[in-house]
Amino acid sequence: MIAIIDYRAGNLTSVKRALDFLGEDSVVTSDYSKVIEAERVIFPGVGAAGKAIADLKRQELDKAIYDAFNNEKPILGICLGTQIIMEMSQENDTRCLGLIKGEVRRFPEGLTDANGKRLKVPHMGWNSVKLRRKHPLFEGVGTDSEFYFDHSYYPEPVLDERILGETYHGIWFASVLVSGSLAAMQFHPEKSGSPGLKILANFFRWSGRDCAE
Amino acid sequence: MLSKRIIPCLDVRAGMLTKGIKFKGNVDIGNPVEMASYYYEEGADEIVFYDITASSERRDIMTDTVKRVAERIFIPFSVGGGIRGVDDMRRVLLAGAEKVSVNSAAVRNPDIISEGASYFGSQCIVLGMDVKKVGSTATIPSGYEVIINGGRTRTGIDALEWAKRGESLGTGEICLNSIDADGTKDGYELELNSLISSNVNIPVIASGGAGTPEHVYEALTVGDADGALIASMTHYGVYSIREIKTYLHEKGIKVRMDW
Repeated sequence: MIAIIDYRAGNLTSVKRALDFLGEDSVVTSDYSKVIEAERVIFPGVGAAGKAIADLKRQELDKAIYDAFNNEKPILGICLGTQIIMEMSQENDTRCLGLIKGEVRRFPEGLTDANGKRLKVPHMGWNSVKLRRKHPLFEGVGTDSEFYFDHSYYPEPVLDERILGETYHGIWFASVLVSGSLAAMQFHPEKSGSPGLKILANFFRWSGRDCAE
Repeated sequence: MLSKRIIPCLDVRAGMLTKGIKFKGNVDIGNPVEMASYYYEEGADEIVFYDITASSERRDIMTDTVKRVAERIFIPFSVGGGIRGVDDMRRVLLAGAEKVSVNSAAVRNPDIISEGASYFGSQCIVLGMDVKKVGSTATIPSGYEVIINGGRTRTGIDALEWAKRGESLGTGEICLNSIDADGTKDGYELELNSLISSNVNIPVIASGGAGTPEHVYEALTVGDADGALIASMTHYGVYSIREIKTYLHEKGIKVRMDW
């Protein structure tokens, strides 16, 4: 069973529907014990960091995430879920969960592409991810695959080794992070067509260990 | 680097797909759920549903259709037409849409943009604009006027001013439809698109007038659009999405080729 953490932030139904499509048992829950009983945890979210953290804390779901992390349960963070596992977010100056050291920054003004053309924020649409190394979650996912992004802030971990994948939008930013049994992606695998579904399918089989060494 | 998005637009009336010429004389041409699944398999980057009757006849949005679509396609899709407030937005988003598009209702009550953005995030809110070329006047300095109620009612509002206002109210994206070009298959209104896109910092999707892959190319280059809405050119099987993307790819436009 997979627990999708419901802290009233955004489109949880789309994650649930993707899991249903893949034939995987999942439950959308804001119940601490259900999260702890689950084999795996998905931590989604869209919206603003400040409100998300407040909602999470009010329902004591921050504790559920800490405990799942400390128990080395496979955890998948998606979009805002990827940001609020960091220590701090510039969005609403929010102190976050701190599972990965580093902060969440807003894309700077005046970004341009290689031809000097102005780039817009939010970074919205399909973009590719350059993996630094192999990881079980990306097994069978083609290197030319693109994923759906929709965000104005991005995580910047202190430790370089936490970065699994990077994406270019005027600057290179960390789009996939890993720390032990925790993997987090800034894009939406549930909205990224077959490569995204492949990542979700890989997550169901993932032991929670980083490398397939 | 971001890919340019190719976005089929499905106009829906009474749960069936239609495509009209200049908003008149619509004929039903199919089932929206089947068509959405087809486009998903074909490599569409996003899908737009527009309930063309909802805004003027005040019909509720087809929540069931949205739900059935969401069970089968795993790319973003937006729903517009008759979204009058936060409750309508919530219903559509919970049914599985990624974004909602507001058009006439936002002109009547601009606060629904900021309310929607604060409830659901800017990324959920698309400002749909139907625009007509009227020539530059004191009240319409850009020469483009916003038209509402499915192309029937003039507002006296300048399109460029409205786009900027929409951005400041928190809309995450603009879908810009030229009423003059809509259904003509003669190409997008490039001047209008470039004007709006270069003056806002949010993505602008060009809409209205696509007839050939070259038109799409022009919208994404001369028109400075971040994505292009298409309808007739693929609905009737004249072109496939893959053909359009291959054409763009060969012309050096970054598009998603692997799906």
